[in-house]
Amino acid sequence: MKVTVDEDKCCGAGTCVLVAPDVFDQRDEDGIVMLLDEAPAADQHDAVREAASVCPAAAILVAEA
Amino acid sequence: MTSTTTTTDATTEPPSYPMPRAARCPFDPSPDLMAEQAASPLTRVTLWDGSTPWLVTRYAEQKALLGDPRVSSDVDRPGFPLSAPRDPGSRGGVGFILMDDPEHARLRRMVTAPFATKKVAALRPAIQRIVDDLIDEMLAGPKPVDLVQAFALPVPSLVICELLGVPYTDHEFFQQNSNVLVSLTPTPKERGEAVRRLTDYLHDLIGTKLHRPADDLLTGLAERVRAGEITQLEAAQIGVLLLVAGHETTANMIALGTLALLEHPEQLARLRDTGDETLAASAVEELLRYLNITHGGRRRVATEDIEVGDVTIRAGEGIVLPNEIANRDETMFPDAATLDLSRDARRHVAFGFGVHQCLGQGLARVELKVVYSTLYRRIPSLRLATDLDSLSFKTEGVVYGVHELPVTW
Ligand code: HEM
Ligand code: SF4
Repeated sequence: MKVTVDEDKCCGAGTCVLVAPDVFDQRDEDGIVMLLDEAPAADQHDAVREAASVCPAAAILVAEA
Repeated sequence: MTSTTTTTDATTEPPSYPMPRAARCPFDPSPDLMAEQAASPLTRVTLWDGSTPWLVTRYAEQKALLGDPRVSSDVDRPGFPLSAPRDPGSRGGVGFILMDDPEHARLRRMVTAPFATKKVAALRPAIQRIVDDLIDEMLAGPKPVDLVQAFALPVPSLVICELLGVPYTDHEFFQQNSNVLVSLTPTPKERGEAVRRLTDYLHDLIGTKLHRPADDLLTGLAERVRAGEITQLEAAQIGVLLLVAGHETTANMIALGTLALLEHPEQLARLRDTGDETLAASAVEELLRYLNITHGGRRRVATEDIEVGDVTIRAGEGIVLPNEIANRDETMFPDAATLDLSRDARRHVAFGFGVHQCLGQGLARVELKVVYSTLYRRIPSLRLATDLDSLSFKTEGVVYGVHELPVTW
């Protein structure tokens, strides 16, 4: 799995951090998404897919390997 | 069904919206709205001013449209489906909620950091203290007591005051004016005056922070004013939005959520007797889904033609998206009319969807989690001091809830 985020689209609602805190965080200065792990381990995949689906701004892209 | 057939068919005027709730259950959305959902994903409704915007009834279509950059939140655009009369040009008075990107994103990003998920998680001990103090006061005072005034409203007020740096001693002033803004009955003039009073108040406060900085959000805004990034008026308008948006919403989730739990005693018992943090967290999501207290629908207007299934929403047509029925969509939430605290409800749209999705959702989640996992444990015999039928509900505003909740123990 390969994850990418689009900082320009992100509205900083933070649901991705709630759902998958090991993969996503928010920048200190402006609350915009920060990708902690662009190739998360298998045990994170469900959480990452859920994060992408709840992201209100469609800022998370998941490419399944 | 296409847009042309509905608009040219003058014999059947679309049903009027909002639609009445059933007296039978205070927690269920309007049965007429649910019937529209069963009938079709998009239909027309008639608003108070005679306009006939689209009503979007189902989860998938609501999410797709709210996430679509071709829909606008700008109330000043022709065709915008207004929920009440409003003065043209009053859009910017309440911060960025009625603006579109890129203007919206520029302003929203100035205040996003303090609401980030991990930042608000760090506020938990302070919120716990606020909640415990209010419960101490209730236990020491007379009973029965109105839970709305004694607890549900002070919790979000105290929290947002601390975060923004607003003196809580002024709470009567801003609660009263906030109330005018979320109610549909005031005239445009009354609404305008409430906005102006709040704006003046925050303008002064930000002025004070310029000279006497503190560790709070308004000081952060004051620094941006000093740096020339925004005007003091824009900063004050953002302050108004932040002060108002989290009040009635969180308070109604506390009061109506408590009522819903009291009416589902077996679920309340589970929540009270478990020390399980994950149940408290899923209870928050499920109550948000089940109650979805922001009624009256998200309101948008199409800026371009948008195809949804076999319907074309034309540029300039209004769109009304009632989140409360999307959260009862059986294809997304099986057995949707049942409150089930252990359900995974995280995909609900109680905070809206798209770039305007609630900025304060992380904060609201922490507040609700602390409340739901503290109040019933500390007052295990909490019960209604009247019967359900004699309660009066807030059917007249954009935030649904209960006016008073007399409780005893
Ligand atoms: C349980 C409580 C809450 C609920 C149900 C709720 C619900 C919502 C909803 C549905 C929207 C979307 C409006 C739209 O799309 O037109 C929204 C926006 C917003 N909410 Fe909340 N809210 C809650 C608590 C809070 C809190 C505590 C704050 C803190 C200040 C807050 C601040 C905001 C702001 C600033 C916006 C505008 C965001 C934007 O336009 O970009 N809300 N809220
Ligand atoms: S959920 Fe989406 S919009 Fe929200 S912080 Fe994460 S990436 Fe940004």
